[in-house]
Amino acid sequence: MSLESPLGKVLGAGSAKAGAHHWIAQRMTAVAMVPLGLWFLFSMVALDHGTHSFVAAWVSQPQNGILLILLVLTLLYHSALGLQVIVEDYVHGALGYITLIAVKFLHVILAVAAVYSVIVTSLGAGQ
Amino acid sequence: MARNDRPLSPHLSVYRWQISNTLSIIHRMTGFALSIGAMALVGWLVSVGSGPNAYASVNGLYGSVIGMIALFGWTFCFFYHLCNGIRHLFWDIGKGFEEQRAKQTGILVVVSALLLTVGLWAAILAG
Repeated sequence: MSLESPLGKVLGAGSAKAGAHHWIAQRMTAVAMVPLGLWFLFSMVALDHGTHSFVAAWVSQPQNGILLILLVLTLLYHSALGLQVIVEDYVHGALGYITLIAVKFLHVILAVAAVYSVIVTSLGAGQ
Repeated sequence: MARNDRPLSPHLSVYRWQISNTLSIIHRMTGFALSIGAMALVGWLVSVGSGPNAYASVNGLYGSVIGMIALFGWTFCFFYHLCNGIRHLFWDIGKGFEEQRAKQTGILVVVSALLLTVGLWAAILAG
């Protein structure tokens, strides 16, 4: 155990030059989510629990497929950043680290599953 | 005092609840709920890609009473997080920090989120 205080350890060490990344990424994804989120919401209202062929045809249109992939990646990135802060605030110690890793793994899995599904639907394999 | 016994900031029990911190914790709670909603969105996309049977199950679940209540809740969370997120972005560029202004925009966020949610669902149920 070091007798140096946590402050003493870092004084004079300079900036890590990396602290702003989380903050900036959270804001950039937030800005992108404004149009993407509104587009998705009103698209869902228009689809109105439609039949599979109707919804699949909608997803298969290039502009919808591209926007869906952009939406899912932006949303899950923003979600991962937000949940990270919540976990860091409320879950401490080893459980906190495990939760952080689980949250990140879950978001990557969700992102891959979503993008894969949009592509499969667009290729017509889900018919 | 052992390190883990130190009191954690903010000391919730000694602060009076006010608009600013109430809206702040609601922003976090709606964000958390929307992270769960993102999973529901990915589940829906995966069902579309998986074919008519999987889609019918998920569509039936989301169209059930419990599903519609969840969708209504997520709509409010979305509009609240959107409106308050825009409020946060203005703070990030240094605007709107004055106490009265922050209180006014906070009330505006709550009223906007409620009106947008009720308005959208009135349109959905009427149309």
